[in-house]
Formats: sequence, structure tokens, C-alpha cells
Amino acid sequence: MALDPATVRRISGLARIRVEDSEIPAMQSELGRILGWIEQLNEVDVEGVEPLTGAAQMALRLREDVVTDGFYPEKVLANAPDRAGDFFAVPKVVE
Amino acid sequence: MFDFSLAQARDALRARKISSRELTRAYLDAIEKLNPRLNAYITVTPERALAQADAADAALAGGQGKALTGIPLAIKDLFCTEGVRTTAGSRILDNFVPPYESTVSANLLRDGAVFLGKANLDEFAMGSSNMTSAFGAVENPWKRRADATAVLVPGGSSGGSAAAVAARLALGATATDTGGSIRQPASFCGIAGIKPTYGRCSRWGVVAFASSLDQAGPVARNVEDCAILLGSMAGFDPKDSTSADRAVPDFAAACARGVKGLRIGVPAEYTMDGMSSEILELWRRGLGWLRDAGAEIVDVSLPHTRYGLATYYIVAPAEASSNLARYDGVRFGHRENGEDLRDLYERTRAAGFGAEVKRRIMIGTYVLSAGYYDAYYLRAQKIRALILRDFTNVFGRVDALLTPTTPSAAFAQGENMEDPITMYLNDIFTVPASMAGIPGMSVPAGLDAQGLPLGLQVLGKPFDEETVFSVAATIERAAGFTTLPAIRAGA
Repeated sequence: MALDPATVRRISGLARIRVEDSEIPAMQSELGRILGWIEQLNEVDVEGVEPLTGAAQMALRLREDVVTDGFYPEKVLANAPDRAGDFFAVPKVVE
Repeated sequence: MFDFSLAQARDALRARKISSRELTRAYLDAIEKLNPRLNAYITVTPERALAQADAADAALAGGQGKALTGIPLAIKDLFCTEGVRTTAGSRILDNFVPPYESTVSANLLRDGAVFLGKANLDEFAMGSSNMTSAFGAVENPWKRRADATAVLVPGGSSGGSAAAVAARLALGATATDTGGSIRQPASFCGIAGIKPTYGRCSRWGVVAFASSLDQAGPVARNVEDCAILLGSMAGFDPKDSTSADRAVPDFAAACARGVKGLRIGVPAEYTMDGMSSEILELWRRGLGWLRDAGAEIVDVSLPHTRYGLATYYIVAPAEASSNLARYDGVRFGHRENGEDLRDLYERTRAAGFGAEVKRRIMIGTYVLSAGYYDAYYLRAQKIRALILRDFTNVFGRVDALLTPTTPSAAFAQGENMEDPITMYLNDIFTVPASMAGIPGMSVPAGLDAQGLPLGLQVLGKPFDEETVFSVAATIERAAGFTTLPAIRAGA
């Protein structure tokens, strides 16, 4: 099974990964092959089986609703590609 | 100096027969000599290591030695280390310097360890060969007997950690395992490695791949060294909501327990087409060793094993597509400029991620997308429940399981690369334990006809790493595996 070009474009858009036109055919067949291989799971009878979301098999703990960390903007911003004062800077979003 | 195991080096340091500075200096010199070829380290931190070694020597002089005081280790470059660049093997993090320390590496520092540097890995721990690292491939220090020119892969994703330990460029290393990334490279490099129970080691500060599967563990030269390292790495951490609030047992003591009276299961499904007869033979020999040591061997069945890998390739990419959404070029890491914010995201991620990472993000995005969620992701989670049920049923009758770790010995760079699925098949025997969250350990047990190491895998009940260590140590003693790789420090 190969994915159609529109589907590859839709997924790459959702994933926010730019894909050049020249990359589409290879992705169609690669992704299609993996998804085709995964189809084998359709032969398993999962009727009445509860989905398992994680391996921890435990209820998540609750903690006190208090602030335990923070107040160091320099550390937070230390790796920022671009900043303006104590803010992360990005291209203009709203005109 | 390089012949010391971690436990022996610890004892020599405590007895003041050697200093941590001498030991650390020797390892740093060996790295300088061999790393340009092996590429096991992405970043080496000599000044920091020597400063830690001096502090260790001072502590030892004052009789303040802890579990790992003065022991030089490699840290997989997936663990955030405060003030030391942490790349996850990706171009998108090639300039990232964490302002915090992961809990696991902080635990090792608490116990006195010396960090030599950051070990290479597959990009975001996605791979079984270390070929997907943005910082270049790692060479396996082992050589085929008949073809010493072929460059073999160390396995992955913890390929740098395993190669560093095998080539004696560290006394031990941290690693992580999502579908086999500790056990498969340990097997390929002729060393021991354990993925503990999910929740045993904190994931806080470890770059996330698939959060319901990721688990940290050690690789080291032998089973006891792994036990010592895991004893320091493990423990409850309130900063990881899936961290298990349980006491850490004396893993090293468990290595000496033996297997008398234990019931060891042999799962019928752990074979595959094209698997070498040498591996089947080694498996039989391993079972013989355990029987000779007083264990009872029991045939068992894990019927959903065959679906483990395909299930994994829905669950892991789905979680990865969500986890890796944070790499957007805004708060940290690589940025490519764009016409607008969306264009910035798309160009940053296109330039920053390698082919395998993009492939998995795309698969994950697809299986989670509207209209496909039930057919793929929800179905996979149900099959995951069936895989766990298989193990739970079997562990009602046996104490541990023995299987091969991998379907083959280390392959050469360029082999198994024509098709992603061929590469994925490497993890066929390691993935089911990851899906179930149970502990699994690879122990070197023999050589193939080419002179390459082969590992056996011991699987245990949740939070029963002690039995895993006792079974693995029994195999280790019986196997008497002493062969060393061709490329190594001190050779």
C-alpha cells in the first residue's frame, strides 16, 4: 500500500515538518510500507479487551497544589534562539 | 588499570591502591586515542572529570567513599547534564546546554561518580545501529574473524554507551531502553545491560522518546557492575509522576543468590525465520547451565509475542510525535527562520530532524489523526494489554524467562539499511518486555563462528530485578565469557 501525495502532505502539515515536492514519492512508499506491515494487527481479536495506556500500572499520584520551582528567567531563557527582554521572540503572529 | 571491573576499581580506590585521578586520566587518554575512530563519545569533558576525580580522591582520603566514588562513567547524551551540552544525537539540539541535571545522573553524582563525557546514540534514541546519529556512526570495537576490515555497528540506540564500555573507554555507562536500546547494543558489544522495570529509574531530565516505554538502565562489563550502577541510578523521584515509590533492593547481593529451585520459562515464540542455528544452540546451552545450577526449566507460551513489534511501531511513534512537538525552534535548540511562525516551525523541524525521526513522527501523527485513531492507536493499546496478560499468566508459573537477546550478531554498517522494517526486526525479542514494562537483562554468553559476541536475555517479574540479576549472574559464571574486542584501551 502506498499513501497518496495528499495524505503525505496532510500528515507533514499536522506534524509541522516541511516536505519538499521531491521528497514526497519516497515518503509515500516508505510510510505506506510501514503502515502495510502494521496491518497484521487486524488479525488479532481484541473484542472486550481494555486498552493499556502505560506500563506503570499505577494510579497517578496527587501532589500539593503549590509552586515548587521557578523564578529564574535567565536560566529559562538561556537556550532561547531569540529573546526580547524576559520573553521568547518569534516572527510577528498578529498584524 | 583497564583490567579492573567497576567493582574491582571501587575496591582498589577504597584501599587507596590507585587514585581516581590516575584512573580518570587513563580513561581520558584512552578516549583521546580511540574515540576519533570509534566515535563513542559526542562530547568529552576532561576538566570536569578531573575535578570530580580530585574531589573523589579527597573524599576517599577522608574515608567518605560512597557506592561509586571516583568511578569514571560515560553518560548517554540523552540525559540532561547541567552546563554540559546535551544533544540527543540530533542536530535540533546541537547547541542545547541544560540548566538542570537529570535525576539519574544526579543520583550517580551524589554517589561520587566521575563523568567522562556524553555518549553517542541514535537520534532521539530511535534506531538499532547508531547510524541515525547526527554526530556520525559509532564503530563496534569487535571485528569479524575473517574480515577485520568490515566496520560493524554497536547496535542502538545506546551504541556509544555500549561501545565505550566494550572498548574500555569507561567503567560503565548510563543507557536508556524504549524497545531494546540497552539490551541489543549490550549483546552486540559483548557486555551486560539491564532495562529495569518501568518506573524503577526516574525519567526526569531524560530527553523523552516514548514516555510509556522509556526506561533508564546501566551497561557495564559484567552483571555485578550493572547491579552496582542500577543501585545508584534507581529510586523514587517525585518529579516523575510514573516513578515507583519503592525501596531500592541490594541488587549486587542478588547476583550471588544462585538459581537453585527457581523455575525458568522458555517461551516457544522467541524464534524467527532466518535466525542462526548458533543462537538457538547458545539458548539451549544457557538453559543447560541454569538446569545444572539447580533451576527447573519449563516450556511456556507467550502467544502475542509475534505482534509485539508491530504494536510497538504504533505506540512508540505515536508518543514520539507528541513528545517531539516541543522542538519548534522557539524556546531552545536549532531555529531556521521563516516567513511566519508556522513556516519557522516547519523549516526548523525539517532541517533539525533526521530521516528516521521524521519517519516516526509522521507515522505517529498518522495513527493519531482523526479517523485513524481507533483503527491503529486504540487497537495497539488493546494488543499491548494482551501482551502484558501473556507475561502475567506465565509469571504465575515461572520466576524468570530466558530468550536470545537478538536474532543475529552485530551487522556491518550498510547492512539491514535498505528497508526500515528490516532494521526494526532487530528488536523483535526485546520489544515485548518493553511493552509490558518488565525488567530485562542481556548477558554475554558466547561467540558466533565469526568470533562476535552473542547475548542471552533474562526477563523477570515487575520489580523483581533481583531474580533477573541472580539468573544473569549464574549464566555469566557458567559461560565464562572472557574474550575481549579487537579495539580496546590497554590492548
